[in-house]
Amino acid sequence: MSRLQTRFAALKASGRKALIPYVTAGDPAPEHTVAIMHASVAAGADVLELGVPFSDPMADGPVIQAACERALKHNVTLTDVLSMVSKFREQDQETPVVLMGYCNPIEVTGYEAFAKAAAAAGVDGVLTVDMPPEAGKSAFAAMRAEGLDPVFLIAPTSTPARLQSICAEATGFVYYVSLKGVTGSAALDVDAVANKVDQIREYTALPVGVGFGISDGATAAAVAGVADAVIIGSAMIQKLQQAEPNTPALEAAASEFLSEVRAALDN
Amino acid sequence: MTAKNLADGFDPNVSMPDANGHFGPYGGQFVAETLMEPLAELMDAWQKYRHDPQFLAEYEDDLKHYVGRPSALYLAKRLTEEAGGAEIWLKREDLNHTGAHKINNCIGQALLAKRMGKQRIIAETGAGQHGVATATVAARLGLECVVYMGAEDVERQAPNVYRMKMLGAKVVPVTSGTATLKDALNEAMRDWVTNIDNTFYIIGTVAGPAPYPEMVREFHTVIGKEARRQMTEQAGGLPDAVVACIGGGSNAIGIFHPFLADSAVDLYGVEAAGDGVETGRHAAPLCAGRPGVLHGNRTYLMEDDAGQIIGTHSISAGLDYPGVGPEHSWLKDVGRARYVAATDKEALAAFHQLTRCEGIVPALESSHAIAFATKLASELGKGQKILVNLSGRGDKDVNTIARVEGIEL
Repeated sequence: MSRLQTRFAALKASGRKALIPYVTAGDPAPEHTVAIMHASVAAGADVLELGVPFSDPMADGPVIQAACERALKHNVTLTDVLSMVSKFREQDQETPVVLMGYCNPIEVTGYEAFAKAAAAAGVDGVLTVDMPPEAGKSAFAAMRAEGLDPVFLIAPTSTPARLQSICAEATGFVYYVSLKGVTGSAALDVDAVANKVDQIREYTALPVGVGFGISDGATAAAVAGVADAVIIGSAMIQKLQQAEPNTPALEAAASEFLSEVRAALDN
Repeated sequence: MTAKNLADGFDPNVSMPDANGHFGPYGGQFVAETLMEPLAELMDAWQKYRHDPQFLAEYEDDLKHYVGRPSALYLAKRLTEEAGGAEIWLKREDLNHTGAHKINNCIGQALLAKRMGKQRIIAETGAGQHGVATATVAARLGLECVVYMGAEDVERQAPNVYRMKMLGAKVVPVTSGTATLKDALNEAMRDWVTNIDNTFYIIGTVAGPAPYPEMVREFHTVIGKEARRQMTEQAGGLPDAVVACIGGGSNAIGIFHPFLADSAVDLYGVEAAGDGVETGRHAAPLCAGRPGVLHGNRTYLMEDDAGQIIGTHSISAGLDYPGVGPEHSWLKDVGRARYVAATDKEALAAFHQLTRCEGIVPALESSHAIAFATKLASELGKGQKILVNLSGRGDKDVNTIARVEGIEL
């Protein structure tokens, strides 16, 4: 079983929902990222989503755009991100790590070379925002060949036909984008999310995560009522940004925020 | 094949793009899932109306009575003399309503938006020509209009910003990334994904996800169709070469496409060499970039070794873009078109030359095409004919040129 399968099976067995924080690798500086990852796990994160910084993050709101720009000021590359995962794996072999980013850094690396390097580093899943199922067949095949799960977005605009083709391609879990908009948007309608998640479950037995627009414990708890996992990105990055840019302060900020969300999820 | 420049890889009988929007390995739909269904709806509408007689009649009527087409074909006699070789013929897209070729596409997409029941139009713009053209059609149809423009471009193209505002558009300066055209496109995509129910995104060039590259091309091929007929009527035959500037590549594909099967006609796209391609400060992905994925399509890009898109430089805001339409990438690879570059300096010199000897003030973008065409004219020699797409007029650039030359207005 993959790390993602093992983790979701264990959560299901204990009746808990997965908490998946997102941080952009290298934000605010590369030396803090691995520490933030460990602190997040200690505070109750079940899966980690690690953003690969990109110069043109088309699907992201201002918070993640700014995080990408800060990381890119330090010239953080996809190779650097994989090194961070390797370093994280020295102390944590259980927590699944999913990369989230855009196509072009992977294109430049080459699909097979990337898949091999990512698997060797200890990556479990790869969510490529601008690579819908029909755009990346050979990339997804290369990932699967190395035991990586391609993770796909499902949107409020996804038709039943698209749900079918996405779910046919997906492994690991599927990621439902809770609203029409970019990451970090405000208005999330829990009832609408519930309806769509029910619909998604007609097409797949995979765990369903929900993200985009979840900013606090209360929203997370409400969404967890219908989903298997909640993904928190922009709010997490904002908390980190409010902290002093040194490792202990960033660890404390991650820990404080995620403990609160964890408590709300478990209540 | 006897054709002198018809490369082995180019088959004029193969129609591009394929059903999935690919031009060979280029193009496609590399967007987030939320946009896939809206793109499918756009594709359906485009396929439904592109051959619809009523739609086409309305489009052609607007081109004639609102845009002022056909645009003139003009033999630049004094420029030809100065260049000392082939005849230089100018396709006068600068005479169109709003001052550039951009309006052809905006008219077409706005008619499509109306049929799709969209009440709100958004656009990205670099030099402001596409923004002005979009604001113009939105004003005419009574639609809400928001134009995204890099903060740096807002600064250097102030007259066009003012024009857009007078036309009732909201101009949003984009400060993220490099604050130029590519970032304006990112921001317009973010707006679209947020407001897809009521919004139509009028992309201004032959880039973006399918069906945009093909749709925008089709709305601009009127340029090449007219020029082909006019060359036969006025110049006594087809040109030996066609020259156009390339940012995203819409004016170039518009004039190239009707000549693709004419194997004796050489096609030259002129990119912006900025300070010089060798300096790295340029906007010439076809000359000095490599294939990658940006803004929904696979195409030649300016990127670093890690796959990050790098900043571009050109005196011309309209060419200051790190990518290029996917069809140009394909035409480059199969050898049907050649891609060259002209520097800021060469473009400025061409700007002054055309202004002085023909009384035509060209846009800085089009000045790149003029710069290469005069060189090519002297190489080709007398008896040959060059057709240049004079894609826009230079009124908007007067401030920029004065600033570059240290003149206070």
